[in-house]
Amino acid sequence: MNFFLSIIFSFFAVVVVVLIPWIGVGALDLRVLFGIVIPYAAMATFFVGIVVRVIDWGRSPVPFRIPTTAGQEWSFPWIKRNRIDNPKGLGGVIMRMLFEVLTFRSLFRNTRLEYRRVNGVPKIDYEWEKWLWLAAILFHYSFLVIFLRHFRFFMEPVPAFVTLLQKLDGFMQMGAAPFNGFGLPGVYLTDMLLMAAVTWLLLRRILYSQMRYISLPADFFPLFLILSLGFTGMLMRYLLRVDVTKVKELAIGLFKFSPAVPEGIGVIFYIHLFILCVLIAYFPFSKLMHLAGVFLSPTRNLSNNSRFVRHVNPWNYPVPTHTYEEYEDEFRDLMIEAGLPVEKEPDATAGSEEKE
Amino acid sequence: MYDGGKIIVGLIIGLGLFLSPFFYNAGKAAKAPAPELTPKAKEAKVCVEPASYMRESHFTLLDEWRHTVVRDGERYYKGSEGKRYYKSLQRTCLECHSNYSKFCLECHNYLDVDPYCWDCHIQPEEKK
Ligand code: HEC
Ligand code: HEC
Ligand code: HEC
Repeated sequence: MNFFLSIIFSFFAVVVVVLIPWIGVGALDLRVLFGIVIPYAAMATFFVGIVVRVIDWGRSPVPFRIPTTAGQEWSFPWIKRNRIDNPKGLGGVIMRMLFEVLTFRSLFRNTRLEYRRVNGVPKIDYEWEKWLWLAAILFHYSFLVIFLRHFRFFMEPVPAFVTLLQKLDGFMQMGAAPFNGFGLPGVYLTDMLLMAAVTWLLLRRILYSQMRYISLPADFFPLFLILSLGFTGMLMRYLLRVDVTKVKELAIGLFKFSPAVPEGIGVIFYIHLFILCVLIAYFPFSKLMHLAGVFLSPTRNLSNNSRFVRHVNPWNYPVPTHTYEEYEDEFRDLMIEAGLPVEKEPDATAGSEEKE
Repeated sequence: MYDGGKIIVGLIIGLGLFLSPFFYNAGKAAKAPAPELTPKAKEAKVCVEPASYMRESHFTLLDEWRHTVVRDGERYYKGSEGKRYYKSLQRTCLECHSNYSKFCLECHNYLDVDPYCWDCHIQPEEKK
């Protein structure tokens, strides 16, 4: 699909996702369907889907070590080695994984090919592209904080780490907009950072020709979903209020397996919830599986020990061989008849004679 | 499975984190908050605005009040019922809802809301 169609297609898919609960709850009042049945179904798809996907990955053999690392491997004592980038054992691998998962280290090294013209002469540049890393890290950490902050709806009593996160995140004690009535509740920094970062992650796919070329609906659809998820969430917090006390009653009911849908929660909540359901149900089938996949990346989680540990390719099948000895055993008589040299004579005495 | 043990342990940890709300809430009595009205509020019957609006947006109203009072000096508010209210956190809201811990806190603790207002405003003493 070309890039323009991809965007239009994903955009309309998300519009449909928004319209379904809007009509379903707003007009048809299907609150049990959208408040209980769909969330449970989406959660089941999420968990089962992830398990199936990860087990499938676990069953795929990794045929060889992939030592294309960014550091000097362990060799001689006088050659300085890089313990983290080219680890020899488990400890180094754990460090490398921690850096990868927590700081997106390999993305930090991202470069971008650029054609420039310097005084009319074409020139190729490899630019160190840090904006992707910056947007990615802001996005992921904001998403994490927002997700953890939502635990105030998921847990009763609210655990202390949620209180701490809310305090830190809202430390500006500033309103969302400089108008009367927008000063409370206070704005959360992660809300703004998340939206800015996702917007950049979307824009780069549109602005850079290389990115445009490789972008598919599977890239745009999750971005639009997350944008609309963030947008409805912020709308609900800062503008179109819903009765969050009842929202928590609904959420706790779901987690205690005694679901009930309280009356009087605004439609915007069901839209937000449905977008989330679509996101998590789509999760196991999408590129978002890198949540689990990052832990299974062979270039990150394998130590570079091929020089001193023998790795046998697990899909090696037994190859029927016919060695030279077997060949000679089979054809020895014919070979001698034809005057060809043989390594083993039919009997030892004859052999010693011939050698002389 | 290759490295099956490690992968299964990772899966259990990962999914366990996602499933933690199920474990955390299991076997706990989840009581929905029930804010208590004082005799004075009961007598008044209505809040400043309809109860559904108050439940969803009482802090928006408070924010409007403080801005109009502090910036524009408008100290009176006409409720949708036509009643006039003196715009004050302590002297209006907490006059009627003088049972702060059984009213405001009932909800605020449930949702872990901790308004910073009491850094400056004096929280009225509750008569027991
Ligand atoms: C029906 C439950 C309920 C009652 C009763 C209630 N509140 Fe709230 N209040 C909330 C909720 C829920 C929020 C937070 C909304 C959010 O964070 O999205 C809130 C937020 C606030 C905030 C904004 C805090 C912030 O930092 O964002 C203030 C101020 C506030 N309430 C004051 C009061 C006062 C004063 C009373 C008592 C007169 C009161 N509330 C009674 C539920 C309630
Ligand atoms: C004149 C007395 C009075 C004043 C002043 C007053 N309230 Fe109320 N409030 C009530 C009554 C009565 C109710 C119950 C209304 C109902 O259930 O219909 C109520 C309900 C509420 C509720 C919803 C509680 C629930 O369980 O549904 C909130 C929140 C609230 N008030 C906050 C405030 C805040 C904030 C202020 C100050 C801006 C305030 N009230 C001022 C009398 C008052
Ligand atoms: C930095 C200190 C400070 C904080 C924090 C603060 N206020 Fe105020 N507030 C004031 C001052 C000073 C006035 C002016 C009092 C006057 O002129 O009567 C005021 C006035 C008000 C008024 C109108 C007058 C009155 O008597 O109540 C309201 C309503 C109000 N604040 C609400 C809030 C709310 C709600 C919060 C919490 C979200 C809050 N304030 C936090 C200092 C503060």
